[in-house]
Amino acid sequence: MSSLGSAGAAWTADDTTDVLPAKDGNEIQNYMINFGPQHPAAHGVLRLVMELDGEIIERCDPHIGLLHRGTEKLIEYKTYLQALPYMDRLDYVSPMCMEHSYVLAIEKLAGIEVPLRAKYIRTMFAEITRILNHILNTTAHAMDVGAMTPILWLFEEREKLMEFYERVSGARFHAAWFRPGGVHQDLPAGLLDDVLAWCDHFPKVLDEMQGLVADNRIFKQRNVDIGVISKEDAIAWGFTGPCIRASGVAWDIRKSQPYDAYHLMDFDVPVSNDGDCYARFMVRMQEMRESLKIIKQCAKAMPAGSHITDNRKVAPPSRGEMKRSMEALIHHFKLYTEGLHVPAGDAYVATESPKGEFGIYMVADGTNKPWRCHIRATGMAHLQAMDFLCKGHMLADAPAVLGSLDIVFGEVDR
Amino acid sequence: MAIVAPELGRHSWPVMATHDALSARLGELLGDALIDVIEHAGETTAVVQREALVTVIAALRDAADLKFNQLTDICGADYPDRAERFEIVIHLLSMTHNLRLRVKLSTDGRAPVPSLTDLYPNAGWYERETWDCYGVMFTGNPDMRRILTDYGFEGHPFRKDFPLTGHVELRWSEEHKRVVYEPVKLAQDFRSFDFLSPWEGTDYVLPGDEKATGK
Repeated sequence: MSSLGSAGAAWTADDTTDVLPAKDGNEIQNYMINFGPQHPAAHGVLRLVMELDGEIIERCDPHIGLLHRGTEKLIEYKTYLQALPYMDRLDYVSPMCMEHSYVLAIEKLAGIEVPLRAKYIRTMFAEITRILNHILNTTAHAMDVGAMTPILWLFEEREKLMEFYERVSGARFHAAWFRPGGVHQDLPAGLLDDVLAWCDHFPKVLDEMQGLVADNRIFKQRNVDIGVISKEDAIAWGFTGPCIRASGVAWDIRKSQPYDAYHLMDFDVPVSNDGDCYARFMVRMQEMRESLKIIKQCAKAMPAGSHITDNRKVAPPSRGEMKRSMEALIHHFKLYTEGLHVPAGDAYVATESPKGEFGIYMVADGTNKPWRCHIRATGMAHLQAMDFLCKGHMLADAPAVLGSLDIVFGEVDR
Repeated sequence: MAIVAPELGRHSWPVMATHDALSARLGELLGDALIDVIEHAGETTAVVQREALVTVIAALRDAADLKFNQLTDICGADYPDRAERFEIVIHLLSMTHNLRLRVKLSTDGRAPVPSLTDLYPNAGWYERETWDCYGVMFTGNPDMRRILTDYGFEGHPFRKDFPLTGHVELRWSEEHKRVVYEPVKLAQDFRSFDFLSPWEGTDYVLPGDEKATGK
């Protein structure tokens, strides 16, 4: 394919003439380009060092860490509650799902029981977050391969979801709303009706968006049979979430290791056997519809009760209680200065975040601060397979593969 | 040996199938390489010998009744009080049997750990991360560059003796027209608050307490 070297010449202004087939018997040289760290299709600060033969990718070496903030180290210096907002800043496209793993890890280590209503609320918002994430990924993926409209249409819906975020937590993104033992505040009045109304409206928008791209010739040419990964390779490379389901492995932690209220939910797990970028895109589109099912079930069957555990060593008392009870006041003071103590031991808790398995390996030493909190980032496994997926593809396929893997650097770099 | 189905809905955290005789099976499968089996919070941890790591993981991956076919994660942890201060923690997942297993081994930071890149291709980056953060070498990993920290970074930041603020800070230098690294200058001393209950018995002397003993 080195006869296409002239097309590659557009990428480097200077001496690219030597990539053309040399008539005088000289060897044809590969050349390196930098994709990123400030490339609009790199989904953040990714630097891909690519070795190209003409337009064919020979080798692709992702340089990550440009957004490394040392989250795991910072968490070691914070109490369990103070460290919670760091979770939102990992995968900032699906903040509540990041909190979910973290609070479940604390609950597991400390053996905290959670009221059923809190489980329903968290399940519902984990699914709202899934749609939030998939809207961004599918539309940004479509934009990476040339479709501008989906992102404009669906971001309106995304804004509505962030309004739900804002109504429950006060923040559009960095909610810090999931707490050990439940959620920080109960749902405001009327929220469930609005969520249900939105659930009836969203499928129409989703169908319109899918109608734009799913059968579009250009979209298919850019995605079908691009970045194919087989079932065996997907397992070996540590794929999880939509990426492994697009390769024909029906693996979903919500089904196989259910947490919160997922065992009470009726939903299907979309699976494709193709393993290409198009399959990953379509699995996500279908997952949004399944998430809607879960959200509806949660909103309709939302049980009454408390939104957070009444264990005062874990969760603070209400304001009203604090005005009347000295003990409640002391509990509040102790919780927000000293924080909760987690018994010594370690646990690994993984949840099905929108991107795949997001795990927290927490080592507690019995004090109010974690000894070690390792974050198992989904995107790191997926990005690691970039070289495997891109080898032999054209340069223009790299953004399609990257988009279909759903990489967010807040999480990969931590 | 049977897989025990989990009790759903009791807890909030993910409930998994458990292997009713996993520790016995591990002992049988791994033999002398197995140092200890720890059960905590419904999870099983196998502590194994460092030298035997590759054969241990290969056995766990290939045993038909376990089939740990996915490497979830490799990470390090630092315990400065121990003789071998670093712990390497490996998480394995069996998608076939819906089981998880944690494998631990320890190293003093000088003794290298065998690499798992021949068994699982995704071990590469996890080992690079462990090397970067803790300074533990993996023999057999073809690409032992740093991964998370900056180009030209010195030290291993997740070690407990590495300060939270780091050693260098960088700024844009108008004079040199590039980013320059300088030693960290803190406008205020690093504050590490100790919020542990003082009324539950302290092991330190509060300022002023020395007067009470007449010193």
